[in-house]
Amino acid sequence: MRSSAMRDLMAITARPEVISLAGGLPDTSTFPAESFAAQMTRIAHESSAEALQYGPTEGFDETKDCILEVMAAEEMAPDRDDLIVTTGGQQAIDLITKTLVDPGDPVICEAPTYPGAVPTFCSYEADVHQVSTDDDGMRVEELERLLNDLARSGRRPKFIYSVPSFQNPAGVTLSEERRRRLVELAREHEVMIVEDNPYGLLRYDGEAQPTLYSLDGGDYVLYLGTFSKILSPGIRIGWVAAPPPVLEKIALGKQAADLCTSTLTQYFVREYFGEGRWRQYIEDLVEIYRDRRDAMVEALERHFPPQAVWSVPEGGLFLWATLPGYIDTTNLLAKALRENVAFVPGRAAYVDGTSGASSMRLNFSASDEDQLREGVRRIGQVITEQIELYETITGEHRVAAPPDEPEDPGGEVVPLPRR
Amino acid sequence: MRVAVLKGGSSLEREVSLRSAARVEDALGSLGHEAVGIDAGPDLVARLRDERPDVVFIALHGPGGEDGTVQELLEILDLPYTGPGVASCALCMDKVAAKHEMRAAGIPTPDWAAFNATAFRELGAGDTLAEIEAGLGFPLVVKPASQGSSLGVEFASSRDQVPEALLAAFSYDDRVLLERYARGRELAVSVLDGEPLPIVEAIPRDGDFFNFEARYEIGRTDYICPAELPDEETERIRELAARTYEALGCSGFARVDLMLGEEGPQVLEANAIPGLTDTSLFPMAAEAAGVDFSRLVEKIVESARLRPQAAAGSGR
Repeated sequence: MRSSAMRDLMAITARPEVISLAGGLPDTSTFPAESFAAQMTRIAHESSAEALQYGPTEGFDETKDCILEVMAAEEMAPDRDDLIVTTGGQQAIDLITKTLVDPGDPVICEAPTYPGAVPTFCSYEADVHQVSTDDDGMRVEELERLLNDLARSGRRPKFIYSVPSFQNPAGVTLSEERRRRLVELAREHEVMIVEDNPYGLLRYDGEAQPTLYSLDGGDYVLYLGTFSKILSPGIRIGWVAAPPPVLEKIALGKQAADLCTSTLTQYFVREYFGEGRWRQYIEDLVEIYRDRRDAMVEALERHFPPQAVWSVPEGGLFLWATLPGYIDTTNLLAKALRENVAFVPGRAAYVDGTSGASSMRLNFSASDEDQLREGVRRIGQVITEQIELYETITGEHRVAAPPDEPEDPGGEVVPLPRR
Repeated sequence: MRVAVLKGGSSLEREVSLRSAARVEDALGSLGHEAVGIDAGPDLVARLRDERPDVVFIALHGPGGEDGTVQELLEILDLPYTGPGVASCALCMDKVAAKHEMRAAGIPTPDWAAFNATAFRELGAGDTLAEIEAGLGFPLVVKPASQGSSLGVEFASSRDQVPEALLAAFSYDDRVLLERYARGRELAVSVLDGEPLPIVEAIPRDGDFFNFEARYEIGRTDYICPAELPDEETERIRELAARTYEALGCSGFARVDLMLGEEGPQVLEANAIPGLTDTSLFPMAAEAAGVDFSRLVEKIVESARLRPQAAAGSGR
């Protein structure tokens, strides 16, 4: 188990008085309660016995048809038999790692990577290698070097895990050129790619990028999807699209883990998609989240000190901010919690537990614009306090910041100590 | 007996507290008492007035529950409670005040210098760092003055690491101390009703003495109880722990942390409300003395019930 200190800190972020920019929650308050009630009532009236029963391990065909609709919206057309329904996207990551990785096997992911994948990779004792990212996502030339290095020592990674669109946590999107190169590299080195795409349809600006799955045709790419961000995380439904031999192994693992995904919530998905309004709901979410992203970016420009930098994501739920190297954001979180505001410290996104110490992940989907502005203001304030304190400790302020000499205002200016 | 178990609260050690309390509540139940768990929040006083417990078991850690605040409220409500009183809790939580008290009582504790943030901001304390570093030597330890756990505790092994270590410690408290690193074996002596229990020794598994994170994690530190020490040394250390307990005005229980190096044992701090989880050192020491967890809880509750209300401690 990693970093129980950070886990204890994160537990406090759930207090009601805390403005939490730490979670990865969609805003489920926007889902119309009446339509939820109507759908569940219909299920109770028409399919009570079936909805309360076990279901097939791979999931219902009707659920898979809904999944095919969602994948078609991003230009993907797998066979229905290429799909397995999982208990959320998280179980998909777990099952794939369990199926493919033996202790010590190399696995490659982005740096930073999805914090929720870190404990999964660690619990199956994968030898995790992280490839750095920039504004265009994973640096594929660095990936190529790593693959070559591993090949020279006779090792081949079990898979390359990537969140190519609006990456969690960095907020960056893999460019089309790099997508093509990544898929090529996977073929050349005969390595599977695990494409995790929970937010692909939540794009606020810019051009849609082809998924790795569509570029590759599904030979080397295992695709993970989820209804969590486009419908509800509470229903716990995700999926994997994979070639049949891999799918069979995943199905065996799933049988051992939980027999089947909730039938009740699969019925709910079926009802919901039957109404034919799912695209509209996503469009509504896109409008809401775009405004929230903009509010957060504006607040960052206003309240974060000039020493901080951050990504401006074209979609998804997160942005990633990086502070001067002497600030450790795990410690900063303790200070921020005293001001009742929370974020995810960057270390959580690195397997070594020490990199990313000066960065933080900020979520903009789960809070309204006023909360976002206030939350960012409070975080900006604690950062500024820490920077000023550091400068007074090191004496940098005396060197770096000569006293402001305003244009002669026509009188004597008495310097006052700052309080 | 009706026993209110105070737990949770808003300190950074909330999770540890919840784990301690769950275990205490189980033990109280098995002893035939009625345990009423109360998460310490804005309704704490109202809840206590409603529940009217015979005794209050304080299973809170960190500022608020361990610094005399909750104890003060219980004095006002005239409810008997477990562990040290108001003044003693305040003293134990403030590492700097505790070190002054220990020095005055002739208890060895490593040299230190303490500052608040204002000293750096407004009084140029940064200019004294060279002297402090020369006096304490490297590596030195930087700690927040008032955190119970290892959060914010940093080692600096050279000059250039000191500012970052200070900044880390200042994230947890407005006052921090720089302390001479006491090299040696890490020991903890729990004291129950003034009687020192067997000594626990903590041994970091990968030999990484400079990583406090490691000590916070299960499986990265081995604990040995009773610590393997010559009888004479054991007695000397236990006696030192008992003197520390007394010097800091503790009652009920406390845990004294020491380092045993070439210069003999040095006391780092006393914890007024040590953890009671299934991996905590206090229950481990009690177990080694033949006191199982239920019996330990029983003793603590008895001690609280029989203790005269320490109105003097609250200054009223």
